[in-house]
Amino acid sequence: MLYREAGDFKTTYRDDGQTFPIRLDRWGYYVTLAVAFGIIPFVINDYWASAVFVPFLIYAIAALGLNILTGYAGQVSLGTGGFMAVGAYAVYKLMTAFPDISIVIHILLAGGITAMVGVLFGLPSLRIKGFYLAVATLAAQFFLVWLFNKVPWFYNYSASGQITAPERTILGQAVTGPASTASAKYLICLVFVFALAWIARNLTRGTLGRKWMAIRDMDIAAEIIGVNPLTAKLSAFAVSSFFIGIAGALLFAVYLGAAEVGEAFGINKSFLVLFMVIIGGLGSIFGSFAGAAFMVMMPVFLKNVLVGSLGWPTDLAAHIELMIVGALIVMFLIVEPHGLARLWSLTKEKLRLWPFPH
Amino acid sequence: MDQFFFAAEVLANGLMTGVMYALVALGFVLIFKASGVFNYAQGVLALFAALTLVGIQQGQIPFAHLINAAFGTSLHHFGWTVPAVLAIALTAGVMVALAFLIEKLVLQHLVGQEPIILFMATIGLAYFLEGLGDVMWGADIKTLDVGLPQGISDSIEGATAEWFGYGFFIDRLDIWATVIAALLVAALVAFAQYTKQGRAMRAVADDHQAALSVGISLRFIWVMVWSIAGFVALVAGIMWGTKSGVQFSLSLIALKALPVLMLGGFTSIPGAIVGGLIIGVGEKLFEFFIGPMVGGATENWFAYVLALIFLVFRPQGLFGERIIERV
Repeated sequence: MLYREAGDFKTTYRDDGQTFPIRLDRWGYYVTLAVAFGIIPFVINDYWASAVFVPFLIYAIAALGLNILTGYAGQVSLGTGGFMAVGAYAVYKLMTAFPDISIVIHILLAGGITAMVGVLFGLPSLRIKGFYLAVATLAAQFFLVWLFNKVPWFYNYSASGQITAPERTILGQAVTGPASTASAKYLICLVFVFALAWIARNLTRGTLGRKWMAIRDMDIAAEIIGVNPLTAKLSAFAVSSFFIGIAGALLFAVYLGAAEVGEAFGINKSFLVLFMVIIGGLGSIFGSFAGAAFMVMMPVFLKNVLVGSLGWPTDLAAHIELMIVGALIVMFLIVEPHGLARLWSLTKEKLRLWPFPH
Repeated sequence: MDQFFFAAEVLANGLMTGVMYALVALGFVLIFKASGVFNYAQGVLALFAALTLVGIQQGQIPFAHLINAAFGTSLHHFGWTVPAVLAIALTAGVMVALAFLIEKLVLQHLVGQEPIILFMATIGLAYFLEGLGDVMWGADIKTLDVGLPQGISDSIEGATAEWFGYGFFIDRLDIWATVIAALLVAALVAFAQYTKQGRAMRAVADDHQAALSVGISLRFIWVMVWSIAGFVALVAGIMWGTKSGVQFSLSLIALKALPVLMLGGFTSIPGAIVGGLIIGVGEKLFEFFIGPMVGGATENWFAYVLALIFLVFRPQGLFGERIIERV
């Protein structure tokens, strides 16, 4: 009844091309934003911020970035962890070298640096395709992690080899370091997520996004119809790495506070983000959020059930969790290979016909 | 002169490591050729096989940890030990059963999906098996001993010391591993070339549809290929497990096999062998000559960067089938 295009008259082309053509979707979007900006920051506590909301928002950025590269441009990447490490170390170096400049600028610059590194490691994509490329991006993963481990300049010659985020403030509120509050952390991540998701959505439906999708569907055919594979592929790597670099910077500076590269940005992180993208849905902005939410909340949920309710030892619970995560991923791929985004769009199709499906 | 001999020794060790890489890469190639699945779980298969072998050998009760947690009991061992040969046979049986289950529960439902989806499924499988191995047999580091000789070979050291005035240190286990791996590779190639099942396997690799139409059972071939891959994983698990203990890091050899595959081509058995040797020798020599200058531990990434540079010039790998694309 409510979920219809009917009766919602579009009188300009601008209206017709909007992101949410259905009124209920639009309201849903505004309500979500209002809740996210207006209510959650005032009620959030440390547990919810550190267990669910902050990691969800940060991984949503990373998933958006990888989705641009893998879902829209069709270039499978397993180097996400390495690129996140670039973002983290870039922001660390910038924070310690220029303490007077706002951290927002540092984070954006870190994204820019990661974009440059991403383009560098994206160069082979002009020659290599498919799985060969996926394995080639592992070179970025291992090389970058090794580099940050072995060159002391990157971690300012600290004895432990760790990087630790110093305290930085925005408008008088500490957002990094131990004094930062849950709501401040949440808000800075939310602002970045909001801005980047908006950019991603509008990039992917514009000229650039269409070029990416043409390359994804078939690069030779795309080249014939006039898409330059060089610029299209490298721009996908650049934009994707920019997102991933910002995610890495936030993960280190806001969420972790201190990080050791092999542990925080290892190969498992690459797989984690790839899972988010696949489970959420390739080539979907909503899917990136859904996948990130799923992969962040499932371990929290499992841990609460296994350790909290059943009282099993934590190491056993960790192994069982691994099994369940693996089984769920396989099951998910069997039941719905196009991810949560596809389920969501099916639901919406049904809703439009409800209650008279014929 | 000593430097030269030292480099030669590094080279010899690199060759042996390379054979081991080739062994793991072979498991990948077999599955990729026959089912188009890029099997990330190969390394975890090796870990699982090694864990199962140790568990059977020492008479551990499977899932003891889980049963204890759920029912408050304190089980751990049956109280017997199984001789190595029997344990290996039993483990091979477990791997075949596992191959059957994987085909039945996972692959069968994913026929015709895109390669990336199949790849993700094997990553999911890798997570699952890793958890399963730990839950079944416990996560502590185990020592594996099936009676393979270990330690530095005195005879080689003595002989080379006599000939060159420089004693080569070569682990006897490495020599055995090389011999066994070489035999296994030869056996697999012979199997693929000369037996009925091997021919069927190559037919499936060539063209699924055509193979189906001449009456080859795809399911049987898939179970067979995964069983062979499981068996290869078992051999690799025994070698690496004997060398450095059965622990989680064993599953990481899969990551070492990936650049081998890229270098050799995903679809070529000789490619896996040559690629393994190049990577094994290359990374050891690089670590030996360049490593000290840049802080060491270059083995983690050298193989990948080498493969990456290589692929830029030859995108299908050394022996891979030429990639022909049509619009």
